[in-house]
Amino acid sequence: MAIPYSCFHPLPGVDVIRLTDKAIDPEALRRELFDPAAGAYAGFEGWIRNENDGHRVERLEYESYEPLAISEGEKVIAEARKKFPVLHAHCVHRTGLLEIGECAVWVGVSSAHRDEAFSACRYIIDQVKVRLPIWKKEHYSDGNSGWVNCERCAQHAHPSAVSL
Amino acid sequence: MSKSITVRYFAIFREHAGLDEETVSLDVQTAGDVFEQLKDRHGSSEPLGHCKVAINDEMADWKTVINDGDTVLLFPPVAGG
Repeated sequence: MAIPYSCFHPLPGVDVIRLTDKAIDPEALRRELFDPAAGAYAGFEGWIRNENDGHRVERLEYESYEPLAISEGEKVIAEARKKFPVLHAHCVHRTGLLEIGECAVWVGVSSAHRDEAFSACRYIIDQVKVRLPIWKKEHYSDGNSGWVNCERCAQHAHPSAVSL
Repeated sequence: MSKSITVRYFAIFREHAGLDEETVSLDVQTAGDVFEQLKDRHGSSEPLGHCKVAINDEMADWKTVINDGDTVLLFPPVAGG
């Protein structure tokens, strides 16, 4: 049986990994994954939460180094496609200032069956969080702010909150 | 022998250093040496393993040898998603 071209290549004109400073629209992104051979879609949305580690969070700020975030993201998606037989896999990550409830990251995968869609989606979000050069700064209700995962990054700073 | 290296700081490292980028002259062998010698700049006491480094826009590791003229990007622990 002939395997469609689209099984091995991203859709024309669509990047598999993108950074954007505009609101993420998961519905529109999901439509990019439609494929006649797809019987399953799995999506993940990461949202901005109002609390972290006992701190009341007002908003979040994402910084990235785009050239390497893109190249590393492309590697992650290529790995997911190699591990799991999926049709399409995309990821979009926000940059800039985000408010509570906004979508910070979206991952979508379409495949013939559900198992590989779930597995590839999980693999992509897990790797994106630990490998891409993206940093988040939490702005707290008390006026302080702090870079996530950077408790020991600045020797002179308060353990988890750096004054503005 | 000292090497001329362009260093770029990101996120909390940039805030601590007070600048995005600078060219420094350092007597170093590896990317890890650059991190150690610039501690006063980036201010980090994180273990090297928690941070990442890229050289000339390619992800690298801390044992990578630094050449004269390289651009070294110092990344604090990442936190995407």
